[in-house]
Amino acid sequence: MRRTALIAVPYLWLMVLFLAPFLIVLKISLSDAALAIPPYTPTFKDGIGALIRELDFENFVFLTEDDLYWKAYLSSFRIAFISTVLTLLVGYPIAYGMAKAPDEWRATLMMLVILPFWTSFLIRVYAWMGILSNEGLLNQLLLWLGLTSEPLVILNTTTAVYIGIVYTYLPFMILPIYAALDRLDASLDEAAQDLGCTRMQAFWLVTIPLSKNGIVAGSFLVFIPALGEFVIPSLLGGSGTLMIGKVLWEEFFNNRDWPVASAVAVILLLLLIIPIVLFQRNQQKQQEAEQ
Amino acid sequence: MKRMSWFNVTSLTLGFAFLYLPMVVLVIYSFNSSKLVTVWAGFSTKWYGELFQNEAFLDAAWVTIKVAVVSSTFATVLGTMAAYVLVRGGRFMGRTLFSGMIYAPLVMPEVITGLSLLLLFIGIGLDRGVLTIVLAHTTFSMCYVSVVVSSRLVSFDRSLEEAALDLGSTPWEAFRLVTLPIIAPAVISGWLLAFTLSLDDLVIASFTSGPSATTLPIKIFSAVRLGVSPEINALSTIMILIVTVGVVTASLVSKQSAIRAQKDARAAERAD
Repeated sequence: MRRTALIAVPYLWLMVLFLAPFLIVLKISLSDAALAIPPYTPTFKDGIGALIRELDFENFVFLTEDDLYWKAYLSSFRIAFISTVLTLLVGYPIAYGMAKAPDEWRATLMMLVILPFWTSFLIRVYAWMGILSNEGLLNQLLLWLGLTSEPLVILNTTTAVYIGIVYTYLPFMILPIYAALDRLDASLDEAAQDLGCTRMQAFWLVTIPLSKNGIVAGSFLVFIPALGEFVIPSLLGGSGTLMIGKVLWEEFFNNRDWPVASAVAVILLLLLIIPIVLFQRNQQKQQEAEQ
Repeated sequence: MKRMSWFNVTSLTLGFAFLYLPMVVLVIYSFNSSKLVTVWAGFSTKWYGELFQNEAFLDAAWVTIKVAVVSSTFATVLGTMAAYVLVRGGRFMGRTLFSGMIYAPLVMPEVITGLSLLLLFIGIGLDRGVLTIVLAHTTFSMCYVSVVVSSRLVSFDRSLEEAALDLGSTPWEAFRLVTLPIIAPAVISGWLLAFTLSLDDLVIASFTSGPSATTLPIKIFSAVRLGVSPEINALSTIMILIVTVGVVTASLVSKQSAIRAQKDARAAERAD
């Protein structure tokens, strides 16, 4: 009896507030836009018969016809992918340095990596607005050093979005790689060098393959949220930066086209399923390997 | 002691400079007396003064804190229950669906979670306000809590619980007197995580809030869309300060309790 209640409470909560909303999005993505409150038709009040008759894939057809959406999906993918690679390039040396640091520093270094994660995401993105703008600190520095004669336009470009994603998601990349490198037996590296590898070769042939799990986990942890990112492209990106999270937001709040916004959401989710399944598989493999 | 190579020292220095310089700049410029954020015109605390007179910000801050406290508390209770069900529940109907619903919100883009909850609230005719934000935040943060708590439950020695049951306690007593004290650190960090997530959330709150309730992130977002402002720098500085003090204190406390646990263990060994 108690057990049933223990299962039922969180179960029902998630059914009502996670699964049901989802089905509603799916339903509305198949509805037509209407000048009404709520702004779509048919509604549940029209009865099951009307629901079945009037639902169609019009919005999805519309998404394939208007190349704005295609471009937004593709460019989200590209931006998420490039930022993931950049985050890896920035994050790996930091994780490596942490793993090689003296033991008494490790706890402090770990805290320094986690601390930004607890600080508001919005504030961390905002911090870059003041640095990257035309009169910003970075341009002042470049002008003062004489590296450029006029300010570089960085804010409101895709470059700024890359910087923003690398900056905010860096801890997600560092932590799994650090965890993998920390478990690594240093004698393996020494053995490779004793057997005639140069330090570089030992790094590429021993350290990198053995930290593969951390690299894969970190990359997914950056790629998946970056794909649906909204805050970073809307604050740091310009009108030229198309990302699907931003398109969904604008479709909903500015155009008030709920059915199209819902269809955008459904497709975004379908695109996410592949990386999520791959990520889960990687995690499972890792767990099995540990046992 | 290991010597660090110049490469590692450089990558750590550059890495942490990259992580921290933007925030340091933000803090410094919050004390700038000029309205132009990029021109330094002398030290001043006037933006802090203006911030504390800005009713709209103070109201939003109050709403945000209320939402965060209530939703993270609910999320901790529900998330701990869910973790218990996942780790100890055994088989039951729809278990796969249940674990799917626990993990899915972790990877769901916020725009989708926000949109779907909004459509639900409109569908059932619930007025948007503090209540709807609390419901939304509880739902996504309970999943984070349950992940944190279940990782602790997995490594927990079940025989302790069984011993309590054998010695005559009811399942609830066994949970309250044995399990809960042991998993308490995970439950507390789950609460803190839920609290920060709620405090920080812009996207889901924007979808689920109504005109009657604005949270601080929504307020900050609409202000910074127009550009950099010294008042927001001051507000950010206060928030960074609170988080830093919180995290440093928490890590010192946990370090201290680890040392105490080590001492106890050593004392126990000697007693044997």
